Amino acid sequence: MEKFKHLTSTAVPLHIEDVDTDQIIPARFLKATSREGFGENLFRDWRYHKGGKSNENFVLNNPLYSGEILVAGHNFGCGSSREHAAWAISDYGFKVVVSSFFADIFKGNALNVGLLPIQITTDQLSILFEHISEDANTEFVVDLETQTLQIKKTDLVFPFEISKYKKECFQNGYDDIDYLLSIQEEIKSYEQKIPAFL
Amino acid sequence: MSKTLFDKLWDAHLVKSVDGLDVIYIDRHLIHEVTSPQAFSGIEARGISLANPSKTIATPDHNVPTKNQHLPIADPLSKFQVETLRENCKKHQVEIFDLGHPQHGIVHIIGPENGITRPGMSIVCGDSHTSTHGAFGALAFGIGTSQVEQVFASQCLLMKRPKTMRITIDGELSKGVTSKDVILHIISELTAAGGTGYFIEYAGTAIETMSMEARMTICNMSIEMGARGGMIAPDETTYTYLKDKKYAPKGALWEEAIAYWTTLKSDEEASFDREESFAAEDIQPMVTFGTNPGMGIQISQTVPETIADASFQKSLKYMDLKGGQRLEGQAIQNVFIGSCTNGRIEDLRAVAEYVKGKQKADHVKAMIVPGSKQVEMQARAEGLDKIFTDSGFELREPGCSACLGMNEDKVPANEYCVSTSNRNFEGRQGQGARTILASPIMAAAAAISGKIVDVRKFI
Ligand code: SF4
Repeated sequence: MEKFKHLTSTAVPLHIEDVDTDQIIPARFLKATSREGFGENLFRDWRYHKGGKSNENFVLNNPLYSGEILVAGHNFGCGSSREHAAWAISDYGFKVVVSSFFADIFKGNALNVGLLPIQITTDQLSILFEHISEDANTEFVVDLETQTLQIKKTDLVFPFEISKYKKECFQNGYDDIDYLLSIQEEIKSYEQKIPAFL
Repeated sequence: MSKTLFDKLWDAHLVKSVDGLDVIYIDRHLIHEVTSPQAFSGIEARGISLANPSKTIATPDHNVPTKNQHLPIADPLSKFQVETLRENCKKHQVEIFDLGHPQHGIVHIIGPENGITRPGMSIVCGDSHTSTHGAFGALAFGIGTSQVEQVFASQCLLMKRPKTMRITIDGELSKGVTSKDVILHIISELTAAGGTGYFIEYAGTAIETMSMEARMTICNMSIEMGARGGMIAPDETTYTYLKDKKYAPKGALWEEAIAYWTTLKSDEEASFDREESFAAEDIQPMVTFGTNPGMGIQISQTVPETIADASFQKSLKYMDLKGGQRLEGQAIQNVFIGSCTNGRIEDLRAVAEYVKGKQKADHVKAMIVPGSKQVEMQARAEGLDKIFTDSGFELREPGCSACLGMNEDKVPANEYCVSTSNRNFEGRQGQGARTILASPIMAAAAAISGKIVDVRKFI
């Protein structure tokens, strides 16, 4: 997992509520045996028409919008527990997803794969969408240390929650596996005590 | 301080706590072809190897045919998945019980029958029915693919401690009532989400008098009420089952093990977050009528009718059943006996005892799929194969088979299947398939009669 402390970026607005994991990555793309490459099929059925022609009306295909922040409607990531959804968003190049609510399992998966989910209030989310629609080049500043999201060039600063452990994971570029690997000595000393019959 | 069995097992595997999460050490990791490939490629991408390959055991079970297992797998995707498992195991020095191997079978059957599953262990697998192993007084639960990778990398998992529930079943089960009926009864009472967030301990005299096979059936289906896992304190029945099994400790080590295992029970004073109790006498043979395992009734009851709930109605529509209707007498077309819930030798023996000298109904397709090669060989050695064939049942080779519509064994659309497996979800046994969950003898009786019957009237 990459380190994450601070990010200044423009954002892509996905003004849709209840985006489920089947939309994020349709089931037919789950046959792969590796985690990479899912970004190609992120929002596949919204991004492309049947037959493979690109859907110019979908925001990811709009040249106006770019950046490493995805701003999405309420209840993002609902549906199946597939971890592939978080893999796809991150593989596409997003580092942060902002919404007013995340489905529980998606949030856990995102935190595990280094995609920072930022939950703000519904009003704050509306403000974000307004700023982006007025100016697609609006920049946002995410600061993990102070746990804040700021609309750059304004004094609008929104706080967000993250557990102490997960915050350290992001700051140090750790995921759960890196954390577990970092306590190998402790695991080894635990192993010394395991009785032979187990 | 007094502790529950769960507390004792959890605390014994606690490496350390961090920010409200616990690092839990995993003694045994079982893997299969479907949920392991990404975890293998995950650790390869990190450039690390398995922390403890000797604590991992693999078997292909979900996506394999149950006929002609000596031939190459015909379906290219299934073939690729099984071959990927083989290659990964070879590369990472993981022992694999491959197709045709004397120890091959469904992951939750081969653990116990080889003595790989033992009291006091923590056991995980990328499969929700890992709860089966809890019948031995083990801490056993299913995990997702990234957790499979965590265990590969570190032999540990980072987890939140679940809550505890005890379900006590006292009394004696009536004739014709099995442990499958007990668990279906409990789930129908507590609902399919009733156990969410809990680790369940099953206790009481009805549990104490059960065989290991019967206990496994109970723990297996804990997950069907949303529980994290199920467990039963080990006792003489457990030790007798395990003694001399291939991987069980031997000699002095066995004595040492017993000394520890006997401490694995909830203290008298221990308190649970929740307690439930049932009387064994109240339990009858069960059948499900809907599309989740909580939608079950006693065979003498009728399908509930007053529920104005849209998803309930959708479920009845899918099953083509009506509120107020009896299931007894309902014609069926398929019978599936097998799965990690009821694919053990004891289940096959019970079926054989019932069908011996009888003929299955002409319109019924009846399939028996042993849970493992050992179960299959044992059945053959005892002559059960002959009884099955004489009665018109087909005995297959081991695998998950029609428990899930993933391999080639499927139930045709709109047909009923009385199944000894654990899930009656829409499409679980094949698109449009209508599953009625029941015990092995209820399934056997349905095959003979061609319709759902109350097995108690025939024994
Ligand atoms: S038999 Fe069914 S429930 Fe058991 S492991 Fe196989 S697919 Fe899962």
